[in-house]
Amino acid sequence: MTTMTETTSADKPSVAQGLSAFTTRHASWLPTFAAVVILVVLLAGAQIRFGNFITPGNMSALLLDNAFLMVLAVGMTFVILTAGIDLSVGSVMAFTGILGASMLASGVPTIVVIPTMLLSGAAIGLLIGVLVQYFNVQPFIASLAGLFLGRGLAYVVSLSSIRVEDPAVLWLQGTRLRMGDWYITPTGILALVVVIVGALVLQFTRFGRTIYAVGGSESSARLMGLNVSRAKVLAYLISGLCGGLAGLILTAFSGAGYPRNGIGTELDVIAVVVIGGTLLTGGRGYVLGSLIGVFVFGVIKAIISFMGAEQSWMQIIVGALLLLFIVVQRAIVSRTSRTG
Amino acid sequence: MEGHNGPMDEVRPLVELNRATVQLGTTLALDDVDFRMFPGEVHSLMGENGAGKSTLIKAITGVIPLQAGTLKLGGETMRFSSPHDAQRAGISTVYQEINLLPNLTVAENIRLGREPRRWGVIDGPRMRAEAKAVLDDLGLDIDPASLLGSHAVAVQQLVAIARAISVDVRVLVLDEPTSSLDLDEVGELFRVIRELKERGVAILFVSHFLDQVYEICDRITVLRDGALVGEYLPTDLLRIELVQKMLGRAAPEYASRDALESADAVEDSYLSARGVTSATGIIEANVDLAEGEVLGVAGLLGSGRTALARVLTGIDRLDAGSIRIEGKPVRLDSPRKALSLGVVYSSENRRAEGLLGDLSVLDNITLALQAQRGAFRRIKPERQRELAASWADALALKHTDLDRPVGTLSGGNQQKVMLARLLALSPRVLVLDEPTRGIDVGAKVEIQNMVSELATNGLSVVFISAELEEVLRVSDRVAILRDARIVDTVTSGTLTVESVLALVAHPASSEA
Repeated sequence: MTTMTETTSADKPSVAQGLSAFTTRHASWLPTFAAVVILVVLLAGAQIRFGNFITPGNMSALLLDNAFLMVLAVGMTFVILTAGIDLSVGSVMAFTGILGASMLASGVPTIVVIPTMLLSGAAIGLLIGVLVQYFNVQPFIASLAGLFLGRGLAYVVSLSSIRVEDPAVLWLQGTRLRMGDWYITPTGILALVVVIVGALVLQFTRFGRTIYAVGGSESSARLMGLNVSRAKVLAYLISGLCGGLAGLILTAFSGAGYPRNGIGTELDVIAVVVIGGTLLTGGRGYVLGSLIGVFVFGVIKAIISFMGAEQSWMQIIVGALLLLFIVVQRAIVSRTSRTG
Repeated sequence: MEGHNGPMDEVRPLVELNRATVQLGTTLALDDVDFRMFPGEVHSLMGENGAGKSTLIKAITGVIPLQAGTLKLGGETMRFSSPHDAQRAGISTVYQEINLLPNLTVAENIRLGREPRRWGVIDGPRMRAEAKAVLDDLGLDIDPASLLGSHAVAVQQLVAIARAISVDVRVLVLDEPTSSLDLDEVGELFRVIRELKERGVAILFVSHFLDQVYEICDRITVLRDGALVGEYLPTDLLRIELVQKMLGRAAPEYASRDALESADAVEDSYLSARGVTSATGIIEANVDLAEGEVLGVAGLLGSGRTALARVLTGIDRLDAGSIRIEGKPVRLDSPRKALSLGVVYSSENRRAEGLLGDLSVLDNITLALQAQRGAFRRIKPERQRELAASWADALALKHTDLDRPVGTLSGGNQQKVMLARLLALSPRVLVLDEPTRGIDVGAKVEIQNMVSELATNGLSVVFISAELEEVLRVSDRVAILRDARIVDTVTSGTLTVESVLALVAHPASSEA
């Protein structure tokens, strides 16, 4: 009986071949690995340059300043894995934030407000998901509609910021749990929990694998009997839910709801997800990669403020990094997908 | 080859279609068709493209609903609203295009949708173990944890089959399963099919390879123009009769032509290549192609056939070696350059690397010619239509098809459109990579005849095909490839299928 083996015809084990086999086996991890390398380089470089960059205080602040971005990135990862995109997340975050602040200011109990914020985010996400899946609207357009809807609703709630004095919400940001010089707030913990849950769901649940399948080949996934429609709609719902959660975190962080929050944030979120190694074409990427992407983003922001340089450098650098990553991703993907 | 008759009829059929009718657009794809399959039998569905085979398969597998008639599985009437329903009822399908997910691992692809779970989450190690068991059952040495996309197409197809049989399958539909498999792999597949027969699985085997059909099938159903022609036993039906029933007329004769004198081939060669080497999989190849010659290329999958073709037509870069056309050295840097020198390529992957499915047949035909002329010398629409119509006549395409999106045509007609496009460029060398793959018998012979005619008219043709019989029939000489090298180039008259096999067989796989 002859067996089909995967060895190449010349059986000489060379370093190049071993490396090639390794990269083929672990192809989907490579872009994320590249992101980790960049993060390490940035941290090391900053530490060398400034001497006091990597301190418990700074690193703790890094997490907390970007907690809302982490949550948004998790939701966006789900959507991009299905080869879609969600442009509404910034507006949803602003809308749920101002909605919550407004409700709290009117005396609605916190226990009602927080779920409402989450559900309203999820509702917009659901709407986008339904448009994409059942009305065949392109994700770009459907989520753009969501962006306008969210922003408009935010302005309807209030044109100016509303302070939050609710103790429960302020507790979320105000409380610091210390461990030596490291500290974390409930919002930080919340963000980390979202990241962990997101990663576990994607890797270990059937729904998660369906998301990857849809991104890999929607037609094949459907023929394989997977519930493609449900998965796609749920991906957008999750993104909207994360938008609501980010709204809560940001409102707690700044102590107020502000309808002009998050303008352009969706683009930052997309950038960190791509930098983290998720392909825009779908089917490849990891939530943990997006987390790395958020840290890369946060570290660059911190470095820029350390240098006292203008914040506009932020966009230039992120743009350049994004371009670099997309090129690297293309190179890896084209090398590792053979058609035999 | 087994043939069952009497005892089989007393057993109830496992699959029964009664008076099945499906209308697709304006055509009656299935017209009052009766069809049945018994447990433990391999049933072949035969018919030309457009006969209704894929419609029947789609009806059985839940992809499209029946407009009239009933489908019964094990005696129970079934109404499938999705492929998922059919799968749950025990009907698994392996398609011609590999409908798997290249971005997931082999194990995940095999178990997708049915992953083993522990406390609600997927049990990775158990999933890989289960996948390994299925692969071992098929005698496949594939790492379950590897990415599917990193494997060759032939391997991916075997994984697709592994997936299909990894559930409690009652009916297995194999749609052209062997088109990407070499002889060893086909043997393996047949071994598995026979094993499944023992287990009582009914197998629907759809293939254009008559030899394989006769080797493995117990019963043959022939469709033509959407209607049932009949159900036959392979023992009762000669091949020529089968083809006649499929075509409704006598099979077209292959028009053989006078073989070229190969003695002076080297001096007269129109295109000659020396020491051609490319990282894509061809090493030190020497090729001489005379005007009006058909050079066949034979070899196993992965032996370098396509790599050779792509290097001769400017698609892949030469790492070493030289190419001459009419004695003058040329650098084929790109397909465009090759085109300008009269060397054109027809890819084996019609849909991905050739035709633009959404564009009309007319557009597809005139495309390359227009591209060659450039943006400022537009071919007038009337002239385009004239051109396309004349090619349609030459290649037996219907004029009414000219405005249809080419993606809706049958495989055979799609290949003809490809040919028309290339021929419209008045090439000197035509490199055809698997031009008759996935095409029914009648169209195959038509294309083979076309190749002969073109060669007689002075065109040089490189004819690559996995079907050795076809290669021998069409070619004047055959270049035999093994492990990325040309082992020998021999006049086809002196060759038989067996002698070619001996030359292409890998030394290591000489045990059966």
